[in-house]
Amino acid sequence: MAQYNLQINNRTYTVDAEPDTPLLWILRDNLGLVGTKYGCGIAQCGACTVHSNGNAVRSCVLPVSAAAKSKITTIEGLSEKGDHPVQQAWAEVDVPQCGYCQAGQIMSAAALLSKNPEPTTAQIETAMNGNICRCGTYHRIQEAIVLASSKIK
Amino acid sequence: MTIQKTNRRNFLKLAAAAGGGLWLGFNWSSTDATPIKIATNAEATSSALIDFNGYLSISPDGVITIFSPNPEVGQNIKTTFPMIVADELDADWAKVKVLQAPLDSTKFERQVTGGSGAIPHSWERLRKAGATARHMLVEAASKKLNASVSELTTDKSFVIHAGSGRKLSYGELASEAMNVPVPTEVKLKDRKDFKLIGKLIPNVDNHEMITGKPLYGLDFYREGMLFAMIQRPTAFGMKIKTADLTAIKAMPGIVDVVTFKNNVAIVGKSTWQVMKARKKLKVDYEPEGKLESTEDHNRIFKELLESKDAAVKRKDGDVDAAFSKAAKVITREYQCPFLPHNTMEPMNFFAHVREDGVELIGPTQTPDLARTETAKLLGIPPEKVTVNMTRLGGGFGRRLKADYATEAAELSSIIKAPVKVIWTREDDMMGGYYRPAVRYRFSAALDDKGNMIGYKLRGAGINAGNSTREDNFPAGAVDNLLIESIEHQSPITSCPWRAPITNFLAYAEQSFLDEVAGEAKQDPVQFRLNLLQKAKQSPVGAMKYDVDRMIGVTKLAAEKANWGKKNDVFQGFSVYFSHRSYVAQVAEVAMVQGKPVLKKIFAAADCGIVVNLSGSYQQVRGGIIDGLGHAMFGNLTFNAGAVQQNNFNNYRLIKFKEVPEIEVDFVDNGIDPTGLGEPALPPTGGAVANALFKATGKRIYEQPFIKQEGMGDVNISRNL
Repeated sequence: MAQYNLQINNRTYTVDAEPDTPLLWILRDNLGLVGTKYGCGIAQCGACTVHSNGNAVRSCVLPVSAAAKSKITTIEGLSEKGDHPVQQAWAEVDVPQCGYCQAGQIMSAAALLSKNPEPTTAQIETAMNGNICRCGTYHRIQEAIVLASSKIK
Repeated sequence: MTIQKTNRRNFLKLAAAAGGGLWLGFNWSSTDATPIKIATNAEATSSALIDFNGYLSISPDGVITIFSPNPEVGQNIKTTFPMIVADELDADWAKVKVLQAPLDSTKFERQVTGGSGAIPHSWERLRKAGATARHMLVEAASKKLNASVSELTTDKSFVIHAGSGRKLSYGELASEAMNVPVPTEVKLKDRKDFKLIGKLIPNVDNHEMITGKPLYGLDFYREGMLFAMIQRPTAFGMKIKTADLTAIKAMPGIVDVVTFKNNVAIVGKSTWQVMKARKKLKVDYEPEGKLESTEDHNRIFKELLESKDAAVKRKDGDVDAAFSKAAKVITREYQCPFLPHNTMEPMNFFAHVREDGVELIGPTQTPDLARTETAKLLGIPPEKVTVNMTRLGGGFGRRLKADYATEAAELSSIIKAPVKVIWTREDDMMGGYYRPAVRYRFSAALDDKGNMIGYKLRGAGINAGNSTREDNFPAGAVDNLLIESIEHQSPITSCPWRAPITNFLAYAEQSFLDEVAGEAKQDPVQFRLNLLQKAKQSPVGAMKYDVDRMIGVTKLAAEKANWGKKNDVFQGFSVYFSHRSYVAQVAEVAMVQGKPVLKKIFAAADCGIVVNLSGSYQQVRGGIIDGLGHAMFGNLTFNAGAVQQNNFNNYRLIKFKEVPEIEVDFVDNGIDPTGLGEPALPPTGGAVANALFKATGKRIYEQPFIKQEGMGDVNISRNL
């Protein structure tokens, strides 16, 4: 066990954890930030996507010891009122079905748009291909990203 | 306007509790419903209304609360059901609050998500509930305004008296409405007067989902709860020989390690500590039954297809005579592998077995089964078990089994503590209850004019039950028809998988009919229309599908896709009836730099009245993507009883880049609605295989398509 100070959603959290604990489980079990989801545990599905210094990363394979060095944003901290342009677009397009993967989808999309506010279709495909949606909401995800892009402009 | 008789016994008013208001119970009983409480999600449960007892309540402050009884897996029922009630009630949708009802089999008749059955079951019941409440509010307004009922109209939670310009809100009327007798007859709206039904209504849980609120079973947490994972046998047909538990009992955060049945449960204070300890667990297994491999199944299929023990499911005319006089006989076989469901949220359940009862909380498609099986396991009366449903991160049929709930209850009873059992993705993919593997043999007899005078189908399944749907098309359209089914029982567990059986049968049948049409030198769409015409004019045997509706979707899909008139793409057709709805599809493949690319799928669906246009589009598109992904890539294989794929690095699910453009059209016929959770999935594989045949000249006889000869470089793209 070691103590870590984590910068998450503009707050500092102090947690006692084993150094290899993935950030995902710190968020979910220690901090009660359960918007970040477990899907595969091996960075293959994207359900656990968070931002580390603004980059989309898979928190299921990011050890807490490494996460402590970065500024982390989770779905709960993407916006105060759930009104980030990507979240607005997700609601307007009515993207979610079961909804389980959507926090990860939104975090991937938000990271893309923060670096590239007007992505091409090919850039959207590349950025989103690592986020699996078992319900098949892919068309609406694409539509929502295009809409969010227009909101950011 | 339709007059509907209501059964007064089904509509009971509750004595008004403190605060007044109208509560309308629907199959209501005296037990109190307890809305689910999840972790910090206090907002969802705190309300001005103290006890939600009925199906529908209107509080004096105007808040209308509607309970949605059915588990929500992403089929959108939690939005769709309340829409139906609210439309007949003329409620202001923006002020309707929807809550997930817990299991209550006295109050709600059917709390199951499966078989695309919720809408056909509840359509009329929900409308009557809304219309009954509306009637009572109007009666109350009539007294208060001293105006006759005929002078009153309703809109957006107000009763309006146009003559005087006065209006009263439902909130203001709620207490008085309690004194109005429950009507024996209610008027239901004409379809043209629907205000919500048929519109694009967003998901009621959107805000919670896109802001990451706790909603799912895996998100459930209660103070003092323990976390557990279970090591199950590593192969089907194995049992524990020895288990060395001492080493991991001392690991950090581990509270207990216990064995029960063939399970080793590791119980701890956090998920990661349990996961880590589990890696050190040493269990030796030994066979207790057959250890089957995929190769064994391939051999068994051949035996079953030749066996004399198949059950005859349907027999029309004289098949032997038809085949002996045929000008041409076509025989083909099709095979599909086992498939895991792979819900994005792996299996999990919370259980707390106490002296006075059992509490179960988690994602289930069938809460009643979780209760009855838990009661049976623990030897207690079912009333002692409560079940609350969280939102489900997918179901696809896997959560029609209660194994993962009863397992949690069993563990809680052993360790005498509240516990949540969590499955890893590997547990989930290796732990069983799969779509069964099946092989089919089809034969068609054609006369010298190309008419199909005989048709035979034998389904051979591994734990598949009846692997045919004997009354489906082309039954009814062929004079001489024989449908048989035979099963091999295996230790590998199976269960329903979205559109059970038809999820593969439709591909096989629609591929076969395409090939027969080719042999008969007929256009594939016209060939099917000719058969349907025959079924309409002179049906053979029992008819379980509506020929006109089947023709309707066939023609609509062909028209929308401009069937047969395009030069730049290769088109494949498929049409299927399942779960009371009809869907036809046209798939389009283009050759791009010499390689086939699936670019577009047109779908024409007939589910009667479309209740929620937004959700319905997604059910059709999502069903197509599900059917396509699994037909192209899905493959679960076995070696000596052990699953050979265990996570998304070696099991391929369809991804963002790999979906074609999908155009959806609905038949507008005003028929009472049927479900859409499943019916769009079955036709996809056939339409795609038929289009790929036209593009490449190669027929596909097995899934996954990508593994078949000449199909390795097939691309799917809506953007290429």
